[in-house]
Amino acid sequence: MTTQNAEPSGTAKAPAAAGAAADAAQGMSIVARSQGQLVRRRFLRHRGALAGMILFFIVVTLAVSSIGAGPIPGWWDKDPTETGQVVAAGRPTLSVLPEFLGGGGFHLGEHPFGQDNIGRDYFALTMRGTQVSLVIALLTGLVATLVGTLVGAVAGYFRGWTESVLMRITDVVIAIPTLLIAGLIGVIVAGRGIVIFAVFLGLCLWTQIARLVRGEVLALREKEYVEAARSVGTRSRRIIFKHILPNTMGVIIVSATLMIASAVLTETALSFLGLGVQAPDTSLGRLISDYRTALTVRPWLFYWPGAFIIGIALSINFIGDGLRDAFDPRQTRVRD
Amino acid sequence: MLVFIARRLFVSIWVFLASSVLVFVLSTQVRDPLAEARGLPDSARESKIAEITERMHLDDSVLVRYFRWLSDALTGDLGTNRQGQSVNTMLESAFSATMQLIIGATVLSIVVGISIGVISALRQYTALDQTVTFVAFICFSLPLFWVGTLLKQFLAIDFNDWLADPVISPLFIGAISLFAGLFCGSVVLGDRRTRLIAFASSTGAMAVLLAVLSAAEWFADPGLGPIVVALTAVAGAVGFTTLVGGLEWRPPLQAALVAAALGIVAYFALDPVLNNPQLPTIIGLALLTVGICFAVGWYVGGDLYRRNAVPAAIFTGLFAGAVIFTDRMLQSFADYSESVGGRPVSTVGAETPNYEGTFWESGLDSFGHLALPTLALVLISLATYTRYTRASMLEVMNQDFVRTGRAKGLSERAVVTRHVLRNGLIPITTLIAYDIGTIVGGAVVTEQVFGWSAMGSLLFTGIEQGDPMPIMAFFVVSGGAIVLFNMIADIAYAFLDPRIRLS
Repeated sequence: MTTQNAEPSGTAKAPAAAGAAADAAQGMSIVARSQGQLVRRRFLRHRGALAGMILFFIVVTLAVSSIGAGPIPGWWDKDPTETGQVVAAGRPTLSVLPEFLGGGGFHLGEHPFGQDNIGRDYFALTMRGTQVSLVIALLTGLVATLVGTLVGAVAGYFRGWTESVLMRITDVVIAIPTLLIAGLIGVIVAGRGIVIFAVFLGLCLWTQIARLVRGEVLALREKEYVEAARSVGTRSRRIIFKHILPNTMGVIIVSATLMIASAVLTETALSFLGLGVQAPDTSLGRLISDYRTALTVRPWLFYWPGAFIIGIALSINFIGDGLRDAFDPRQTRVRD
Repeated sequence: MLVFIARRLFVSIWVFLASSVLVFVLSTQVRDPLAEARGLPDSARESKIAEITERMHLDDSVLVRYFRWLSDALTGDLGTNRQGQSVNTMLESAFSATMQLIIGATVLSIVVGISIGVISALRQYTALDQTVTFVAFICFSLPLFWVGTLLKQFLAIDFNDWLADPVISPLFIGAISLFAGLFCGSVVLGDRRTRLIAFASSTGAMAVLLAVLSAAEWFADPGLGPIVVALTAVAGAVGFTTLVGGLEWRPPLQAALVAAALGIVAYFALDPVLNNPQLPTIIGLALLTVGICFAVGWYVGGDLYRRNAVPAAIFTGLFAGAVIFTDRMLQSFADYSESVGGRPVSTVGAETPNYEGTFWESGLDSFGHLALPTLALVLISLATYTRYTRASMLEVMNQDFVRTGRAKGLSERAVVTRHVLRNGLIPITTLIAYDIGTIVGGAVVTEQVFGWSAMGSLLFTGIEQGDPMPIMAFFVVSGGAIVLFNMIADIAYAFLDPRIRLS
């Protein structure tokens, strides 16, 4: 255990020191931990969450470092748009099975994920798709969380007609199937690039967070410390941002994480239907859509993007689950 | 309560209208409806543009067009599309296929998802629970269109190929049996020895069963036969009585057994009726079963046990009916399979075009078409129900009244069914309402993968042609369902949990 010993403070100094001495005699020591440390400890003990973190880190590193980002070149020498000679029917050359098991040992080969029918390197294409899908998911999650938190906090704090108006707007957006509103907006902003698309997608997905945050704020605004802040004349904006929202951070972070996971799936589904990312951009959903007829002839064109979608969504979901357990340990254990 | 319902209804209508304005405005912006007409040669261009402008009222402002649509829609007329076809006709054919898909998938995922969630909560932190949790996470993360395409390949095409020579390989038998054994072994409570016995016996039973079925080529011409039907009905009687009231008392069990016996009699007596029935006949028979079983439970149960005997008898009767129904369905399988060229699991469309057959054969036809899309949808939304039920059950199991129940000596069954389940399942009502939106979206994707021309195709043609009318028809159905389900869930919640009404 690597947590630090907190300074015994003020009047509690003597008893705390005595307690520490008594426990030290039994081979134990009292350690004071801050809220953040507690959360971090619980999170790191969650095996699923840790595995999710590692998997997510690997996917991001692979996607960014292989083909580079923007002007920075990556270590992979092929370009996703460059066509070329189709070698060996475009079969993947990646080999991971060691030689003593009958495999060819570990090597990447010329085209680790194979090639498509016009000879483009599928590893580079998949990496480009992963980058785009990740950027869209993260941006969408960010926008949805910001809007949802703001709407929920304002509605919950001010009550009255502000709340009525904001929550009715939320109801209106909820009444429209996500796929319908996101699809319409996706087509309207088509061709303006992935950033605009991601922002507008976020503007369709904020409702759940708004409802959650409002519920939290409704409970917190009745607490004594909020009343105390109000009675000394603190302005509403300061109360919301300094006193209430920090206490709802757990809920917000958890739902933001899960939102990113569902944004990956929403974006890929939209792109699959042709309502999302448009050419010349590509995303994991578009790749599957483009090559879905190839399942019987060139199955790898179908499997790789799918595997990456599952990898991203699964790792983020596990991280979200670990965060939820870390922020709210009541849910995890039965008191028997 | 009435005031609450009235207020909720009023709000729902306004919310629905506001959403329809939003969707209408957005759908007029998606694409230029005149794009194709502008590309025509000079001679045809002017008249075509004028025609489309006239038909879609493109000269009017968006709001005028919206109110024209709204006033028509209120009379039940959803307008015409760009080509002048009636949207109502398009909707009619699309509606039933999509509804079958949505309802089937929702009901299945609720039933299966809640059952798995409950089992997983009752066996918290066992290997079974960990496995369920892990599988649920994978299901959460699956892209629907990807799974759908895979299912199409492996469960339809490969399965149909396999049916031509239905012999299960020993490896497969071993895997399935092992899986069944592991499941039974981890569900059973008890010490290591009991579990091992459960594991070994269920693995063995499954292996023998599969080997016999495979050797007899049962899958090419399936059916249950009277003996299996009878055994299943009796097993159902014991099972339902255990669930409803426990086996300590005789009368409920007797009532259920009488119901099962009546089911077996019906299997032979109703033979001529069931050769080629109509849907109303089946519904009538189901209602008759409920009536008869109610009477059986009432008289056999007597004053003292009526409360347990009646539901036990009714559940058993309906279960026996379902078994007979399945048997009939399976018996028609060989004929049906032959009539569609030996490829019963379909990958394209919602029904075989122009298919004529008995009630059972057309039933199999829609089943063969619905099976895979429904499975894909269920896989996706099952996980939500499982996780949510598990969390909700665990929360209730922590409450003091559960401990009180155990402390006063209630049986574990009574604690679980009467106290934990009843309270733990209340929050699920809200989940069903939220999930309906996901299922609608999922249905669109699934239809696209499996090549159905149903509700999803209304949306796509609308978007492609910049035509609001089909999009609005899609919205009226899907958005209507969402608003309706949300309202029902709110009202049901208020009924089930009085704390909501008070606050």
